[in-house]
Order: sequence, then C-alpha cells, then structure tokens
Amino acid sequence: MQEQTLLQSKIEQGDFTRGGEVSSSLKDVLRKLGIKSETSRRVTIVTYELEMNIIIHSLGGEIEVLISSEQIKVVATDRGPGIPDVEKAFQPGFSTADDFVRGMGFGAGMGLNNIKHYSDQLTVETGQGKKSKFTAIICL
Amino acid sequence: MTRLGESSMKVRELADKLELEVISGPFEKEINGVYIGDLLSNVMAKAAAGNLWITVHGHVNVVAVASLTQVAAVIVVEDFPIESAAVQKAQTNQVTILRTPLTAVDLLRKLIELGV
Repeated sequence: MQEQTLLQSKIEQGDFTRGGEVSSSLKDVLRKLGIKSETSRRVTIVTYELEMNIIIHSLGGEIEVLISSEQIKVVATDRGPGIPDVEKAFQPGFSTADDFVRGMGFGAGMGLNNIKHYSDQLTVETGQGKKSKFTAIICL
Repeated sequence: MTRLGESSMKVRELADKLELEVISGPFEKEINGVYIGDLLSNVMAKAAAGNLWITVHGHVNVVAVASLTQVAAVIVVEDFPIESAAVQKAQTNQVTILRTPLTAVDLLRKLIELGV
C-alpha cells in the first residue's frame, strides 16, 4: 500500500493564533482531491483536535497526513510531556486544561473522544515524561 | 407555517431584520438551521454547513472552527468583545461574523419567529 504525504506541518506550543490552520489547509487539499465531503469532515475534525491538543497540552510537535488508495492517516507527534494515564484521558469530561484554555471553549474533555469517534482506527503511544504519538486512520 | 431549518433566508436579510452588528462578510450565504454552543469540540462535531453558530466567543479560534464547519455565519451574543485578530482572520478567510446585544435565548426566539 503506497502512501503519499498530503501535508506536514510543525505546530508550536500555545500558538492559539494559528490553531486550525493545518486542518484548514488539509480541507482545501482534500477538496481538490475530490474526497467525499463526509470523509473530509471526519479527517478535518480528527486533525483539528490533534492540532489543538499539540497547542494546548504539549511542548510542540508536528502533524503529518498521508493518503493511500484505501485510507487517510493522520499522525500527530509531540515532544512531550506525555500522558500518564491514557484510559483516564479518554474519559469524557476529563481534562487537565487550565482556566485560560477552558475560557476559550477548549479543554472540556471532549477532544480525545472526538478523535476516537471520527477515526476508524486510533493508536496512541505515550507515557509520563515521554513523547506522544497519535495515529488516526480514516478509511476512504 | 414555517418550521425551524426550513427557511432559505440569506445572511444579509437576517442581519437586516434583526439589526445585527456586522463585523465581517460575506453576506450571501444561505442559512439552513442553528447551532448554539461555546465548547469548540462540540461545535466542530455538531454544527452543520450553512448553520448559524451562536456563541459568546469572539477570539481567533472561532474563525478557524467557523471556517472548518462552513457555518453560514457566527453570531456573537450579549455584545461579547471580538478580538481584532479574529476580525482580520475572518476577513481573510471569508468568515461572516455578526453581533447582537441579545442573549442566545432571546436571539433564538427571534430566529424561530422568522422561521430560520
């Protein structure tokens, strides 16, 4: 299965001003490729949440989006600080976001659930003090 | 009788009728329903293209969410402040932002009366 990179972008910690730019660029790319709108919507939601997670919770990282004939793969990697308890992090409503972030309408403990809900397959590699890697697959 | 979501009203007509403050255009998009919410993950998941999105947020990330969900317009209620960076980004990305002193509930009542 040959994969082609659609987009690769670095994301800085706390860079709310640029939040959503990766997802927006990706949406344009998917439209030009003629990807059906429901698939594009799912990929965009997953990418947006991963993008905001890097901005809000990590020390910075990057997102790469790859396409093959069968699927779109969104890979989000960061430089830490890692998620100590993944199961807990996926509980709806659980959040470690501070008041500033919550005041902007983020950090309500729904992002990871959105990622899981809209992905066909999701793997998370992380741990306390480690880098995190999310790999989300959406079938075409 | 008109029912919620059945109108084919455009943003310009709505802004005129409800005397909404115009922050950014365009105004020619058709409205096909309403979503009210301030949690951005929820808005991402549930707002549909063509909806009016009613919120208290006026920061720059609202523009990203509005652009991604392709809502017809964002209506900021209770005259909440709108960041100048958000206005600039909205103009660049063709995201319509309107504002009203009304609360979300009072605005919704008026939208229902109009059959939006």
